[in-house]
Amino acid sequence: MSINIILAILATSLATYISRFLGVITSKKIKENSKIFKWFNCLAYSTLSALLARLIIFPAGVLAEVDYFIRFIVVFICLILFLICKKNFVYPTVLSALLLAFLSSNF
Amino acid sequence: MINTKYFLKGLFCIKSANSPAIALFASFIAIGALFKSIGLNINESVFSTFLTYALPGSLIMAESLIVGASLLNIFLAVWLVNARLYPMTVSLFPLLTHKSQPKLKYYLACHFIAVSAWLIMKENYKSVERRYRLDYWIGVGAANLTVAVSATALGFFIADYLNKDMMIGLAIVNPVYFTCVMVGAMKTIQMSLAVILGSVLGILFYFISPEWCILLGGFTAGTLAFFIGELNVN
Repeated sequence: MSINIILAILATSLATYISRFLGVITSKKIKENSKIFKWFNCLAYSTLSALLARLIIFPAGVLAEVDYFIRFIVVFICLILFLICKKNFVYPTVLSALLLAFLSSNF
Repeated sequence: MINTKYFLKGLFCIKSANSPAIALFASFIAIGALFKSIGLNINESVFSTFLTYALPGSLIMAESLIVGASLLNIFLAVWLVNARLYPMTVSLFPLLTHKSQPKLKYYLACHFIAVSAWLIMKENYKSVERRYRLDYWIGVGAANLTVAVSATALGFFIADYLNKDMMIGLAIVNPVYFTCVMVGAMKTIQMSLAVILGSVLGILFYFISPEWCILLGGFTAGTLAFFIGELNVN
């Protein structure tokens, strides 16, 4: 490993904190019931969804080793379970880990 | 400084039924194990989660360390993937401001912005008196950060007992949890469009630029969703 781990951790945390810090500065000028606030709310949900879609379809790390079809099936089944169970978060999250671990070890 | 009653109230949100604790725990166990496998020691692993506290950024750091990327590269890649925290902060902090709270507190409290705590706060802020919302938020954030840090340490220690299939199982928990949350948030046309367009455009922009796809896709989708939603109301 060529670079210092401590420096990498500091660079990572600084790069992350910048967005939070700038967010606080911008927040001061924004009123809760303004259109701009609503727009930022849409941006927050859409960037989160973009990130999620990327994590599921083009993942980094170990998930990349599982066939994309299997990942897709697992997410789909868990989502159906979530809707059937009246939006309970525990069942789909626990099932997802078991199901994917099982599918990836057997197929 | 901090109102204890509201701080504790926020802290105990972690026990609620729709709490992100399980997802957070599973994904940070995986991060702890990953850190160990790439050669970080326990102190570095715990400090990394404590200081960064944003999963995709930590994953990028780990991958960059493996391929030996430069510090500048790490900085830019992490900034791009975590820039989503900017609209998240702007869409949360105006709800927490109150003139009685010292300014410095906001700059410290913003470290807790991460999707897990953010979602709890978005759900619950109306039930808390405005004056004490920041204290409540610090409670929520502290609870989530504690879960993340302890899971990282646990993951580090049990890394040798986790095989590849278990790591894969842990890695899917977080995306599945948040997919459910996003689907649950689709209550208005505007929100539904933001979520659906965000995922579709995030993927489409990936083919143009993998680094910029989250920001470009998210920005385009969010703006479109906002305008279509506004037109629909009028």
